[in-house]
Amino acid sequence: MNAIEICNLKKTYNGTLEALKGINLSVKEGDFFGLLGPNGAGKSTTIGILCSLVNKTSGSVKIAGYDIDTHWTQAKQNLGVVPQEFNFNIFEPCIQILINQAGYYGVRRKTALERAEKLLDQLGLLDKRNTPSMRLSGGLKRRLMIARALVHNPQILILDEPTAGVDISLRRSMWTYLESLNAQGMTIILTTHYLEEAESLCQNIAIIDKGTIIANDTTKVLLQQLSSEVVVLYCEAVPNTLPTLPNVTLTKIDDSTLEAELSQEKGLSVLLQELGTAGILVNRAKNKSSRLEELFIKLVKV
Amino acid sequence: MFALQWVGFITLMRKETIRIFRIWSQTLLPSVITTTLYFLIFGGFIGSRIGKVHDHTYIEFIVPGLIMMSVITNSYANVVSSVFGAKFQKNIEELLVSPLSATTILLGYLSGGLLRGLLIGLFVTLISLIFAPMQFHHIGLIISTVFLTSLLFSLAGFINAMFAKKFDDISIVPTFFLTPLTYLGGVFYSIQYLSPFWRHLSFLNPVLYLVNIFRYGFLGISDINVPLAFSSLILLVFVLWTIAWTLLKKGIGIRQ
Ligand SMILES: Nc1ncnc2c1ncn2[C@@H]1O[C@H](COP(=O)(O)OP(=O)(O)OP(=O)(O)O)[C@@H](O)[C@H]1O
Ligand SMILES: [Mg+2]
Repeated sequence: MNAIEICNLKKTYNGTLEALKGINLSVKEGDFFGLLGPNGAGKSTTIGILCSLVNKTSGSVKIAGYDIDTHWTQAKQNLGVVPQEFNFNIFEPCIQILINQAGYYGVRRKTALERAEKLLDQLGLLDKRNTPSMRLSGGLKRRLMIARALVHNPQILILDEPTAGVDISLRRSMWTYLESLNAQGMTIILTTHYLEEAESLCQNIAIIDKGTIIANDTTKVLLQQLSSEVVVLYCEAVPNTLPTLPNVTLTKIDDSTLEAELSQEKGLSVLLQELGTAGILVNRAKNKSSRLEELFIKLVKV
Repeated sequence: MFALQWVGFITLMRKETIRIFRIWSQTLLPSVITTTLYFLIFGGFIGSRIGKVHDHTYIEFIVPGLIMMSVITNSYANVVSSVFGAKFQKNIEELLVSPLSATTILLGYLSGGLLRGLLIGLFVTLISLIFAPMQFHHIGLIISTVFLTSLLFSLAGFINAMFAKKFDDISIVPTFFLTPLTYLGGVFYSIQYLSPFWRHLSFLNPVLYLVNIFRYGFLGISDINVPLAFSSLILLVFVLWTIAWTLLKKGIGIRQ
């Protein structure tokens, strides 16, 4: 069964702004799914409709097999959501926020308290238990939002840019946490602007641009679409006239740096050999950017 | 299914109760102070110089109206500020994503308005005992009227909060409608003492009816037809409930 099924979904804001132009999307149960796209593409709008914060204009949405129009109670119970913007009651202490949210899903107070404590602990917020949410740092607020989304044990977790403004070590620990949830069977859908994040976490990726899905496949297949890859080479010395080699375009950046755009059939070891023959000794090499980033830039034309 | 909604309602009610007591100096204290001053000035200082109204001393006459006035303002203020606050800070989204029904959410917020309205009503009643003896003509009518009035103005507060876009919008109704209507609603005088023009104009004021039903419950005197007014009150509660419920269900002012 699909965890999420979106069919011909349209959203027009204020009767004029077409934010979603009829998208189709399905996310398999147990998937780790990335929804990518530039600013204003319609990611948050899609998520808003899934969690009923935004009224759709037309189309249908099923969550865990339940239609959000006809079986909204079941649909909502299966879903946990971490919104893009903080939406806490700023005066309420962390523990209270979690207990209340559990209560809104019918979780009794005793169970809610146990779960809340456990989640605060897992997300490293236990010492902030009684701190009002407004006194948390940005990164801690993000984590509190994750805890809040999980307090009713949903099967599906949707996160709208959960790692925006989160430092590297916190981001890594969040990734590990999300991966462990996914390993336990939870379906996870996330939007992010860090493509490295999507590349390392997501099994499947959809790219949305101007309200239309422009790519939707496994991460692996998407990356294979790239016909070339840019590698930065740090060399002993780079001569002014570069050799002409097959299936690669070389560009001199400075006296010790070279950029090589390799087509798919060209291996790196062959290139290094050829360069060595031409008298260019390579010390180190790195990918110019995340490969997904290149694909993204290629697909999403400004 | 029912269990879910019930737990949700209890959670909301608890949250609203905590809110009222956490900021008690804003929610509970002001009305107690103002009404005590009213009792002191109108009852004690000048009341003794004013003759009897319908065979009752002036303070006896104004006590029911003052209780009603504080119930009205507090029920209204509680719901409008709690709901608008949640809307402004966006934490109303916590409720919108949850499986709670519009009925449950509405009842949850109304419970806060009722609690604060009735609590203040009780405080003011107790304070009035210092200044005047209390008599009960029809206790059932007193209790049901105060309950329905608190409910009515809690609903009005909810509707106002749904439409409000900025903090100014939640003070428009109290400043331009609620305060004038309560002050001109026969709290401090019997409309029989007014000139025909003002008397007839007063009949257009809904607060007049509420104050008079309530006063009738205590003193057995009234400027209006009590059964008719009481039925209208019930009808009005139904009308506002339907409006508030529909706004919430459709997400007007809270969903895009
Ligand atoms: N409440 C709203 N009213 C009117 N237009 C809106 C509203 N919310 C979003 N939009 C518009 O809808 C389009 C899609 O916005 P959305 O927030 O879904 O983008 P996004 O992909 O989440 O972008 P970002 O990466 O910046 O978060 C944008 O053009 C945006 O201006
Ligand atoms: Mg967004």
